[in-house]
Amino acid sequence: MRTPTFLLICLAIAAAVFAGSIAIGNDYVFFAGYVILQYVVLSTAWNILGGYCGYVNFGTAAFFALGAYSTVAIYKLIGDNELPHVIPIPVLMLVGGAVSAVVGLGMGYLTLRLRGAFFSIATLALAVVLETLVVNWDYVGGSRGAYVIRPEELPLIGSYIRYLFLMMMLLAVAAISIARLIEHSRLGYGFATIRDDELAAEASGVPTLRLKLIATTLSGALMGMAGAPFPYYIGYLQPDSTFGLDYAVNSIAMPLIGGTTTWIGPLIGTLLLGSLQQVATVTISSAVNLLIVGFLLVFFVIVAPNGIVGLVYSYWQRKPEEFVGRRHVDADAPGPVP
Amino acid sequence: MSSVMNSVANGTMTNTDLLQIDNLGKRFGGFVALENIALSVAAGERLGLIGPNGSGKSTLVNCICGTLKNEQGAVRFDGRKLDGLEAHQRTRLGLARSFQLPRPFVSLSLADNIRIPLLYTVAARGTIHSAREVEDRCHHLLGEVGLEAKAQRLPRDLTQVEMRKLELARAMAAQPKLLIADEAMAGLTHSEIEEILTLLSRLNDQGVTIILIEHIMRAVMSFSRRLVVLVSGKKIADGAPDAVMRDPEVERAYLG
Repeated sequence: MRTPTFLLICLAIAAAVFAGSIAIGNDYVFFAGYVILQYVVLSTAWNILGGYCGYVNFGTAAFFALGAYSTVAIYKLIGDNELPHVIPIPVLMLVGGAVSAVVGLGMGYLTLRLRGAFFSIATLALAVVLETLVVNWDYVGGSRGAYVIRPEELPLIGSYIRYLFLMMMLLAVAAISIARLIEHSRLGYGFATIRDDELAAEASGVPTLRLKLIATTLSGALMGMAGAPFPYYIGYLQPDSTFGLDYAVNSIAMPLIGGTTTWIGPLIGTLLLGSLQQVATVTISSAVNLLIVGFLLVFFVIVAPNGIVGLVYSYWQRKPEEFVGRRHVDADAPGPVP
Repeated sequence: MSSVMNSVANGTMTNTDLLQIDNLGKRFGGFVALENIALSVAAGERLGLIGPNGSGKSTLVNCICGTLKNEQGAVRFDGRKLDGLEAHQRTRLGLARSFQLPRPFVSLSLADNIRIPLLYTVAARGTIHSAREVEDRCHHLLGEVGLEAKAQRLPRDLTQVEMRKLELARAMAAQPKLLIADEAMAGLTHSEIEEILTLLSRLNDQGVTIILIEHIMRAVMSFSRRLVVLVSGKKIADGAPDAVMRDPEVERAYLG
């Protein structure tokens, strides 16, 4: 399937989901759905570096928070005056994404010589460093946190949460399309060689460092974009929760449960785990969320180490990995090397 | 420094030299892995490189290919200085290698393993223009090493000799001017060694310069037109294979 066709199908599904959510007639659907969509973006972004390249990033919360605090900084800059100070969400997403992309690139330069657990620890350290910075930065609220007042209503769409939901939905569509495009391109093949054997990749002409920097930048940018509308969603932004462990754990668990080598894995994992968490939050308690993640992870590591995607394919043709091996280059011409 | 004089004398460059190594030195901490290596390889040569375990053969390959950085000396390839170039840049210049222990891309099919150098090296030179062409060459290369039937299989389904063939096919896919085969035949049977040697000879007939690093003397002697011996990081002999093998110093190194 070509990318434009895929994009159209995604947009059609997104429109159907949006229309369906309106039809339910309860705005809580949008509040819950927003979180799931946010995780679709985060897990897809994580998977570009973690699943495709094999570099496990524990710093999701850092990039997410960078996006969120970029929005807070802009909000403060414009001031709490009576002007219609709400900047369109897409603009905030672009700014948050740009900030996170720069940090992603910088992190890549500093840490990509590290492999395996050492890289992961470095990303964890990044999250700690950034949190400390934010806690001590009064302008964006410091440890007290920051209030962001969101408008009540918007013309055409109605309540503001619907608008946020719609924007996050579009971002999710964009993230999934980018991931799928990468997977079927020369870049995706290059990422796979980095995951398998960097020395052999270099010997085959793959510029591994440049590709890894592309991956950290892209992954960071998408995480930052997912974080940018968050202050308007939550209303009160606080370092503790914005840099919370949940983001890192969930954005790793979701692709692992779904399957890491394809774009659809993180999507399936997020829809499953994200929905389950939302249901648990309402019916049991929000504290039970991480417990669910823990149980599911243990279950999947034992039953389906290649995630749901791997499980499905092994049932289907008893050779899960062949699926990965049968990818084809989508583009007609190889084009310039990235 | 007498060693410098020595290397200048040995490394005289002619204008047909494809690879020229001058005064190359590499140490790991206090351990001197390579010392004042001088070596010139002309285009089209079949060079055998031998030496006992730990004599620095693989380190030399790694320095030539950019996997390791040499602290001393210079490597020139096809008229260009290689110092400071990354391994992938050297591959694009036409310097390919196979690894001592095969290092396939384990999550990619055989066809995709071959596709990588085609996409990243050959296409980067601008000689491949369509996805169709990449596809054709993948299958042609796999056909040349007799692996076409397994094009969609994963490397873990291969036997030892097939794995080595895949390793060679992937190096060949980069369309190198110089191919360095690092112990491509270790652990293979006689007939399998013959297969690999035939493959390398055919490649050489097509104009690819080949450096063969090998412990199996029968293979080295039948393939090489020139033999270089490394012992403890030093080049102790360089010349016609028969003459080199009669060299008392080489005999001493091998027989103790």
